[in-house]
Parts: sequence; C-alpha cells; structure tokens
Amino acid sequence: MSLIKEVDYGTKLASSDVKVTLTIDGERVAVPKGTSVMAAAMSMGTAIPKLCATDMLDAFGSCRLCLVEIEGRRGTPASCTTPAEEGMVVHTQNARLAKLRKSVMELYISDHPLDCLTCPANGDCELEDMAGVVGLRHVRYGQKGANHLHGAKDESNPYFTFDESKCIVCSRCVRACEEVQGTFALTIQSRGFESKVSSGGVDFLASECVSCGACVQACPTASLTEKSIIEMGQPEHSKVTTCAYCGVGCSFKAEMQGERVVRMVPYKDGKANEGHSCVKGRFAYGYATSKDRITKPMIRAAITDPWREVSWDDAFTYAASEFKRIQAKYGRESVGAITSSRCTNEEVFVMQKLVRAGFGNNNVDTCARVCHSPTGYGLKMTFGTSAGTQDFKSVEKSDVILLIGANPTDAHPVFASRMKKRLRQGAKLIVMDPRRIDLVKTPHVRAAYHLPVLPGSNVAMINALAHVIVTEGLVDEAFVRERCDFADFENWARFIASPDNSPEAVEAITGVKPDDVRAAARLFATGGDGAIYYGLGVTEHSQGSTMVMGMANLAMATGNLGREGVGINPLRGQNNVQGACDMGSFPHEFSGYRHVSDEATREMFEAFWGVKLDHEPGMRIPNMLDEAVAGGFKGIYVQGEDIAQSDPDTKHVVSGLEAMECVIVQDLFLNETAKYAHVFFPGASFLEKDGTFTNAERRINRVRKVMAPMAGLADWEVTLGFARALGVPMAYEHPSQIMDEIAKLTPTFRTVSYAKLDELGSVQWPCNEAAPTGTPIMHVDHFVRGKGRFMLTQFVPTQERAGPLFPLLLTTGRILTQYNVGAQTRRTQNNVWHEQDMLEIHPFDAENRGICEGDLVALTSRIGEVSLRATITDRMQPGVVYTTFHHPTSGANVVTTDNSDWATNCPEYKVTAVQVRRTNYFSSWQDHDRETGVSLRRIAREAVDAAE
Amino acid sequence: MSSASSQDEKLVRMANQIAQYFTSQPHDQAVAGVVEHLRSFWTPKMRRQIIDHAAGDGAGLEPLTLEAVQQLAVSSSG
Ligand code: SF4
Ligand code: SF4
Ligand code: SF4
Ligand code: FES
Repeated sequence: MSLIKEVDYGTKLASSDVKVTLTIDGERVAVPKGTSVMAAAMSMGTAIPKLCATDMLDAFGSCRLCLVEIEGRRGTPASCTTPAEEGMVVHTQNARLAKLRKSVMELYISDHPLDCLTCPANGDCELEDMAGVVGLRHVRYGQKGANHLHGAKDESNPYFTFDESKCIVCSRCVRACEEVQGTFALTIQSRGFESKVSSGGVDFLASECVSCGACVQACPTASLTEKSIIEMGQPEHSKVTTCAYCGVGCSFKAEMQGERVVRMVPYKDGKANEGHSCVKGRFAYGYATSKDRITKPMIRAAITDPWREVSWDDAFTYAASEFKRIQAKYGRESVGAITSSRCTNEEVFVMQKLVRAGFGNNNVDTCARVCHSPTGYGLKMTFGTSAGTQDFKSVEKSDVILLIGANPTDAHPVFASRMKKRLRQGAKLIVMDPRRIDLVKTPHVRAAYHLPVLPGSNVAMINALAHVIVTEGLVDEAFVRERCDFADFENWARFIASPDNSPEAVEAITGVKPDDVRAAARLFATGGDGAIYYGLGVTEHSQGSTMVMGMANLAMATGNLGREGVGINPLRGQNNVQGACDMGSFPHEFSGYRHVSDEATREMFEAFWGVKLDHEPGMRIPNMLDEAVAGGFKGIYVQGEDIAQSDPDTKHVVSGLEAMECVIVQDLFLNETAKYAHVFFPGASFLEKDGTFTNAERRINRVRKVMAPMAGLADWEVTLGFARALGVPMAYEHPSQIMDEIAKLTPTFRTVSYAKLDELGSVQWPCNEAAPTGTPIMHVDHFVRGKGRFMLTQFVPTQERAGPLFPLLLTTGRILTQYNVGAQTRRTQNNVWHEQDMLEIHPFDAENRGICEGDLVALTSRIGEVSLRATITDRMQPGVVYTTFHHPTSGANVVTTDNSDWATNCPEYKVTAVQVRRTNYFSSWQDHDRETGVSLRRIAREAVDAAE
Repeated sequence: MSSASSQDEKLVRMANQIAQYFTSQPHDQAVAGVVEHLRSFWTPKMRRQIIDHAAGDGAGLEPLTLEAVQQLAVSSSG
C-alpha cells in the first residue's frame, strides 16, 4: 500500500470539446481549449514549478515561479494564467528561466524559518519541493532585516493551526475559502511587505470560518496545518473511501500510519465532492476511536440487570434462542428489525434478507421512515422511481434554484458550496422556508425571493406557485404533451386553477405575501433551467408525500426534467439513506422498490434464497411500537439506529421497547435505545469495513476498510453470525459477494460490481445492460413509468395547530457541526461549536414571555415537556420556534407528537404546537432520563475488571 | 398498556388521513385509491382490525373511509 498522490495540474483542465494542439519542450500535446499552458504541460507529465497555483482554484499569477518562454512572445509569461493556443511553442526550462526562478525562491526563503527538519510539513511542503526543484543552494539575503519569522500562531481552531511565520502570502487559502467553500472568511490584509492573511480581525474560531479545511488543503507550506499532522507526522499510506456522515457522500483519502488515521483528505476524483469537504467528514472522525466505543458483545436477562460481557458465539446463541422462543410463543409476526442508513448497502441487504428469509415475515423498516419515506412514495407515483433525478454536477447548469425546506449550508455543506458557486455566477435563488436560513443572505449570495411559509402550509404554497403558472399561461405545453399523461394533466390543471389555490386565497394559511409568490412563480417558470432542491422541511409533515408530488407536478408543468440543470433533488440526511431504501428496507418492498405482492419478483427471490416468502406487507416502525405496547410484538433487532432518541414521541417509543422481551441493539455506543436492550452487538465504524454507500444522487461509492474492526467483526459479519445461530445460513466471505447477489436480484443494479466500482470510481444507478456506466440524469427521453403523472395535491391542514394553550409552532432542524442524534459528533471536538441544543425564539415572543438570551425555558407540547436554553433571533418569524435534536439530554422528541405523513407515516417533526416559559428546573422526563442513563447502562464490574 | 380501542382510534385516524388525500378525486377513483393504499401498505392484521371496526360501530370513520374499508372487506373475503 502506498500514499495516493493525486496529480495537481496547477489549474483545471478546461471542459471544452474543442481541442488545441501546442508544442511544449519539443513535444506536441492536444488539450481542451481554455486549458492553461501549465495544465497542458502537466497533462504530458511536465511539472512546471509553481507556488500560487493549484488545480482546485482559478489561476492567480502572483508568485512568478511558473514563468515560461513562448516563441514569438515577449518576456516570460506565467504559465498558470496563459491559455494554451493552437500552434504555440513553449519552453519550460532553460538557463534564463532557471535564473529567474532561483531569484524568486531566494526571496521567499530569505523570509522563511529554516526549521525544515522539525517542521510538521516536512515531507509535504511545496516550498521545500520548489527550492529543490529550482536547485536553490544559497540565499544571498540574510534573515537579519525586516522579516516575518516571529509571526503569531493561531491555535484557536480545534483541528488546525495558522502559523503566520510560515506564510508566503500566496493567497491560496483566501481563494479556497472564496472559490471552493464560498464562505469568504479570509482576506489578505494590507499590501506589499505588510500583507498577511487575516481571518477578519478575530481568531479563526471566532471568525466566520466554518472549518471546512479547504484552506488547509490548499496551503503549500506549514502555515495552515492539521493539528493531527503536527502531533503524529506524515502518513505513509492511504485508501479512498466515503464519508459516513451526510447524504452528499464525499470521497476521501484516509491517510494512515498503520491502522491510525492521520488525516482525511477529500479526493479530487470523487464525483460527489470534487476534492471538497465539510468539517464533519474531514475532521470529526475521532468518534471511531472514542473510549466510549463498546467492543465486546453483551447480554442481560432484564434491562435493570447490569450488562454481562460474553463471546460473540454466546451472544449469537442467546439472541437466536430468544428470537426462536418468542416466535414459538407469540407467532411468526412477533419479531422484526430496523436497518440502518449509516450501514453499507451490503449490510442492509443481509439484514432485510435475514428478516424475510429468516424471520419469515416482512417486518423490516429503516430510519428513512422518519426522514425521506415521502420522497420514495411521491416520486414513485409521479415519475415511477423513488429517487432524485440529477447528479450534483447538474447544479452548475441551473438558472433558477428553488430550495424548499432544506438548509444545505448546515446539513449538506459540500453541495451548498457547489450551489453557492453557481449562485455567484448569477443563477437566481428562491428560498421557501419558515426560517431565514443562511442562504437567504450570505456573502455574494442573496435570494431573489424568500417565501417564509408557516410550518404546515407547504402544500398550500406549492399549489399557489402552480396556480400562477397555470393561470398565467406559463406551462411548458410542449413538454407536457409529449412527456406526460395529458388527461391527468388536464385534471390537475383544472384543480390547480381553482381560485382556492391562488396566492391571495392561501395567504391566510401560508403567511406569505401574494406578490412575492406570484413573482417567484414567474421567475421559476420563465428564468431558464429551473431545479428544485429540498430536504426534510418537505417530507416531515402530515402532507409530506403530497408535497413531494406537488413539487414533481411543478417540475413537469414547467418542463424542468430530463436534462442537466433541472430536476427534483432530495437532499438526503444520512450517508446511506438512499441505499438503505434501494436495498429493500421497507416492509412492503424488495430491493429496487418492487412490492412484495409482485409474484414474479417474489418467485425470483424465493428461487435464489430457497425459501417461501411472505406476500403481505410487514410492519413499519410505528406499527411495531404500537403492536409492542399492545402486547403482540416482542423482539426487535435494531442496527445502527437510535429510535429512543431520533423517533418522535420518545415516551411512546420507550414504552414499546420496555414491552418487548428481546431487544437487540447493534451500535458503536451504548446509545439511548440500548438502555432498553437485552443483547448488545458492538458495531464497526466505516473505517473498519468494506462496502458501498449510495448518496443522494444515486451514486454508489466504495467504502474501504483501513483498520481491523475493534470488536473483531464488521457489521455484516455480525448479522451473518446471528443468522447462522438462527439456522439461516448465508455464506459470504466478502461484501463484494453480497453486491454480486444484489446485482443478480435487482434490475437497477444489474451490472454493478466491485470490479466496476474500482475501475470507474463510482456509478449512479440504474447501472445495467442499458446503462453500463450508470445514469447521471434520469427520465431523459421518457419517465421510468412511461408518461409523467400529475397528481392532485389538495391542501389538508395538519391536526397539529397552535391554539390558546400551545400558541407557538415548533420546528426542528440541524446545524453544521453536529450530525443527527450527535452520537458521533458529540464525541469529537466539534462540541466547541455546539455544546447544547438551543431554542431559537423571535424577540417579540421572547419579550412577551420575559425571556432573555440564555435563559432556561420549558418547552411544552400536548404530550411532553423539556427544558433547554433560549437564544433570541429574528431568523425566526414571530409565532415559530426552532431547535435541533443533537443532544439526548435536551430530548426534543419528548415534545414531538405521533402525527405523521398520511402515506408513509413519516413523523411530522416540523410542526408541533408548543408553549414556552421561563423555568428554573429541568423537566421530570429529563431527571428520569438522567437517572436511567446511568442505571440502565451498568456493565457488570467483574467483566470490566477482567477486561482491564 | 393501550387498549384495543386506542389502537382502533389510531387506525381510524390513519385511515381517515389516507382517505382525505383522495377526496379531491372522482368518487370511484377515490374509493379504489384508498383500498389500494391499505392493501399495499397495511399489514393483514391492521386491515383486519379496521374491517372489524367498520363492521362494528365504525366510530370515527369518515364516509369515504368507511366505504373504502367496506370494499376492502369484500375483496379480502372474496
Ligand atoms: S476552514 Fe474553510 S471556511 Fe475556514 S477559513 Fe478555511 S476555507 Fe474558509
Ligand atoms: S496561509 Fe498558506 S495558503 Fe494562505 S497565504 Fe499563507 S502560505 Fe498561502
Ligand atoms: S458534506 Fe456530508 S459527506 Fe461531505 S464531508 Fe460533509 S458530512 Fe461528509
Ligand atoms: S504558479 Fe503561476 S504565478 Fe504562481
């Protein structure tokens, strides 16, 4: 194994189809028009010395090290800023150039500390490399005069340092922050000798910096360096793998020393991220080696007993005997499982196979139930397949972006950077969200319209937008006639044109000014290629599925499907939520979204697996919990999912779990759900296993093992062990064999294999005989279901309404540095940015209640109460409060109700009627939770002693 | 422990919510839509429970929901 070094072309290779041919150092080379001389040279393997250029950034031309001679031109132009032209003759090396380069380097080195041997960048310093390349042997200028050798160090950021003395003011960091990340946190302050990098007059931690690390990656010296490199030194080998946090699915090089991660570096060839990352993926991997990891299987007869550590075999045997006993006593339907969107496709596939073929029922569900299940339903009804239509790259071609109920700068940061880049180029943005999210106004980006809908009124709003388009004659009739079922369209158009759906009529529901709605609709319909991006603010509503269909209708009516720059794009929460759904995690369908009642499909699975399969849908998570409370559901196997924290109405979830006789939890940590478990299977982090994740653009990316599983087994091996003990043999020796089975049984995966993924890097499904290298854009000539289907989307108000007792509406979301229930990020230094969940409240509502910044407040809904600290902000509109759910102690889900989407039971997290008042106490639930947090997590002392 | 009636109540609420989506469609299509939805996504036990509930006093079921559940009962027994 060796360290993967990606080629740095200095500037990007242009994407033009037109080629130009030039001669460099006597050799002819053809490159796309618009490519720089520097990149053209590199494409034939000639590295022209450079310092201020790197191919993640636009050329800048400041260091003058990359000078070349071009026949017929005067002087020595910088090769990074000079475009290659037809017939050009370039010389990159001769005595004159060498002399010039040496003097440039001499100046740099004269003002640079010469502690190279002990410098953290030793072995990875471009300045040192360039001194070697140009043959610098002595420096004429001493270090006595004015210099920067004693510049300040800024160590405020938990993950990297800024050492001014090592800075050569190349401005790569400043440009990375602007061009790649789009945050504009850095500037070059002053001019000439005085110039230096500044994070806005405060240290990095206090600055606008979002800690994405792009500047650190861009820095050619040790000036910006990862603290892990300072502590550990340089890595010796690396493997390409995929981030295990969000649904963007960024590719990384895990740079290693043996089995220790030294740093994670975003991979330029990764199609989802093209070399960029956010703070979570790049820096927050420390949880994988946290001391809180449980690495031994454990069992106990009752949840009040302390845990007993046992061998894997004993754990499997015990769990299997319990499940067999339960099924014998309470029937085949009395057990089930929940698959994890954090686990690999292969792991999810064997889980659902265990349920269907082993338990003999279809009681399998997944955490997508609580986030994007309406996406699956809505897009399947309208287009015929349960997935987003585009690749991420498509946003580079969008002219108008309609962003609904998503906050990408926090939840999908790398995609947000790509989107912001397009917005800076002039694309228009319409934001539909109750909160003034950052994208509404951020450096160099300002939304054309912000439609601050009241929580629960999405469908009324999407109908109003469509109403304007239909009644003002803005429908793309040609598209609709050719691509959609026209009778359905006519029905829909009649419905939507009804005055009840006009912006004026729905203002009382949505709270949005009709003029803004009309203007936004016109912009979307007439502004060029229009794309819709959306998040959980769409799905987590009682009309989540209706809203997904409403957006699909809008895209069809405006002809915005089937090419680059358009489409319907769900921004998926967890890393493998798309994959978990694709792999057959839902109780009513097999992999590839085929209903269990479909005879042909079922027969294929039965023949392959050699068992009879159930043709009726199984239970969803809420059904399992209801049935548990009612006494008929007794055993559950939960993989990598913390339903006691992430699912709504925590008290009901806990009652369900308490009513079961065998709860198996497989996780990295003793999470909230594990408090109610009888068997604990220790999980493996993404660094400890092979597999694949599928991101929000349907891209199947490889996950590669870089260290041995801490508990000895990868998650798929654990499921296999449990299956074996149950008498359900599954003989796989490597996850690649599981993928081969998935491919055989799933038409949209037919030609996916590890060999293909190694060769191509990644593919987007459908990947089969018809599309051997995958499908970046779906529904190009026709919809998967044939004709696109307009669905009626009548607005139905949620039953959860503000009233005299609960006058405010609570909505929930995420922040950048924490992830979901926080199990991972809370175990990293990301906590410096978010120690606790806060309740955001408008100044007006705060004043009415005598609430000041930082006060402890009680948040009460009709089903529960928790206390948390308030922060006062006018990002909220009056009447709406907001919180995150990253910390279990704040228990935001104690107040969320069991209201859910009509079609999929996706919980209505985004609307809960609440009251807020000042308090001096934590709620009784929080006290109880704190106490059980200790009492239900005890591990028998002897076992711990023996292990130590 | 929740009683059978609170389970029923929940199923009634869910079924009504499903029916509410279909109300904007022509009547026959709406009934068929609800039936199809229940058959595709509800477990046999849940379907039995709502059928039994409808056959009893049917408390809380909206007219469209009731009709759909009755149709579901006919097609299930047939
Ligand atoms: S870490 Fe990211 S946001 Fe912070 S200064 Fe560097 S590039 Fe900018
Ligand atoms: S910190 Fe690094 S990237 Fe930024 S100007 Fe200094 S040397 Fe260049
Ligand atoms: S954007 Fe998402 S996938 Fe990419 S590094 Fe951040 S958390 Fe990981
Ligand atoms: S690399 Fe071209 S001027 Fe610096």
